[in-house]
Amino acid sequence: MMPQDISKSPVCNLAAGEEIRGKWNHLIYRIRRRLGYGATGAVYLADSINGTVALKIGHDQMSITSEVNVLKRFSKVQGKVLGPSLIDVDDWQTRSGTYPFYAMEYLKGETLFDFMRPKSSEWAGILLVQLLTDLHTLHQAGWAFGDLKPDNLLVTGPPYRIRWIDVGGTTVMDRSIKEYTEFFDRGYWGKGSRKAEPAYDLFSAGMVMVNLAYPARFTKKSDPDRQMQDLRKNSPMLRPYTHILEKAWNGKYRYAEEMRNELVLLLNEKDKRTVQQNKNPAVQKSVVQKQTRQSQKKKQKSFIAETFLVFTFVFVVYLFYMLGQTM
Amino acid sequence: MRKKGTLRQILLITDGCSNQGEDPVAMAALAHEQGIAVNVIGVLNENAPEYHRQGLKEVEDIAMAGGGISQVVYTKQLAQTVKMVTQKAMAQTIKGVVNAELQQILGNKSTMDDLPPDKRGEVIEVVDEMGETMNLEVLVLIDASGSMEDKMLTVQESLLDLSISLNSRIGENEFSIFAFPGKKKEVEELLSWSSKLDSIGKIFSKLTLGGITPTGPAIKEGIAAFTRKRSSKRSFLSDDAPGYIEESGM
Repeated sequence: MMPQDISKSPVCNLAAGEEIRGKWNHLIYRIRRRLGYGATGAVYLADSINGTVALKIGHDQMSITSEVNVLKRFSKVQGKVLGPSLIDVDDWQTRSGTYPFYAMEYLKGETLFDFMRPKSSEWAGILLVQLLTDLHTLHQAGWAFGDLKPDNLLVTGPPYRIRWIDVGGTTVMDRSIKEYTEFFDRGYWGKGSRKAEPAYDLFSAGMVMVNLAYPARFTKKSDPDRQMQDLRKNSPMLRPYTHILEKAWNGKYRYAEEMRNELVLLLNEKDKRTVQQNKNPAVQKSVVQKQTRQSQKKKQKSFIAETFLVFTFVFVVYLFYMLGQTM
Repeated sequence: MRKKGTLRQILLITDGCSNQGEDPVAMAALAHEQGIAVNVIGVLNENAPEYHRQGLKEVEDIAMAGGGISQVVYTKQLAQTVKMVTQKAMAQTIKGVVNAELQQILGNKSTMDDLPPDKRGEVIEVVDEMGETMNLEVLVLIDASGSMEDKMLTVQESLLDLSISLNSRIGENEFSIFAFPGKKKEVEELLSWSSKLDSIGKIFSKLTLGGITPTGPAIKEGIAAFTRKRSSKRSFLSDDAPGYIEESGM
């Protein structure tokens, strides 16, 4: 069960076309391709009687069963679709051992980084608002997400919506966070405990945004407060959100809704400014059109000036030519 | 039905073979018999692969005899590994206990893995709950032989980080740290049982690294430290029972 061996395990090396049959429910899954793998197992795209599903196969009963427990709870959070929905839970028996697996809804979408690449920066704020809305629902249901990071998120659509895909870190409130990633973990940065509470997730949510501005991530220096301050200041993308990011960093938000509402206010304000800065492509177009109409007269004038200049230039060149001829 | 009890774990951090005193594998087996799981983290040196291959085998053997978990890593991954090994080891110990109880209920060969997925979920919830609420005693044994010198700072940071994780639990934690070899003895106590590790920076700076690696005697001393703690507790508390989990009614 050593992490360095995981990539070599049979669980991570199923070939396309291979079939897996559940020991208990006897459903058959035909593997299409691997979507990814992590510390607890691998996720495949597979076809089954229930259509195309995402199939997670693991090594460890404990962690797979915990994840299944969480996914089951998610389906009970009323009126809201939080994680992918759970379809089937079973064991896969092979000669080398029995591996637990579960099938869930396959969410099709883009990674956060791919989505943001062609988009303007306010999209980062909008995705964060969506994320905070979901976090609030989750927190109300008595859970913290835990391992919040771009790798565990997906943008589906259009209409674009942020969704979480890996719920392995989801932890009952007030317990110790089950799974986390250092960069997004306030414990690592010396900014608090690893107790499951809203502020823990909000810290990570802030760091997700920092990660969008600094995709390469970075490690802790001797004075993390100072380090973060500088990083926020040096990024044009983060600068407008400085105040909110700082509050999340310092655990000042008690509820996701609090942070969400401040962010919405800021985005509304920011919108007015962005119109003038021509950041939004749609806005940019209309502004450009307006400008052209207003400056049409000016343009005609400049056309005459241009023609005059061109003629003068040609005349001067001609003069020199003539001089050259006569000498 | 919540039981509060105590989990006892030894966490051995070493980078090589033992070369003095009792056989560490035998000592690990002895600890296991007394309800203490022995977990081992082998820290790899990129420069000396041949020497280390030998060390690796011992790392595995000690953990296997000690009913614990072993993991071999490079220094960089140490912090994550220290936590992962400790948490997995806790879960494994609890799972062992739960399995033993299941066998009593369901008959001889059944374990958690033989249950249908639905039932398994409920059992895992119990295991999770126990892992969160049980008291934990972690005794850390640090290899302080010369070759560990450049890794000590990372070891220190890893332990601090471990304490952040464990202190976020609901259950109580106590840590104790020993180094081997010590200044004058084979094994030296650096920190006696304490729930906080904030002060370990000072302890580590006092540490002088020696040449020998008495891993066996270190494990033996670890067992003794658990026994001393248990008997000092017994003098005013009577909730002691042998085995992995010391149960005391809520």
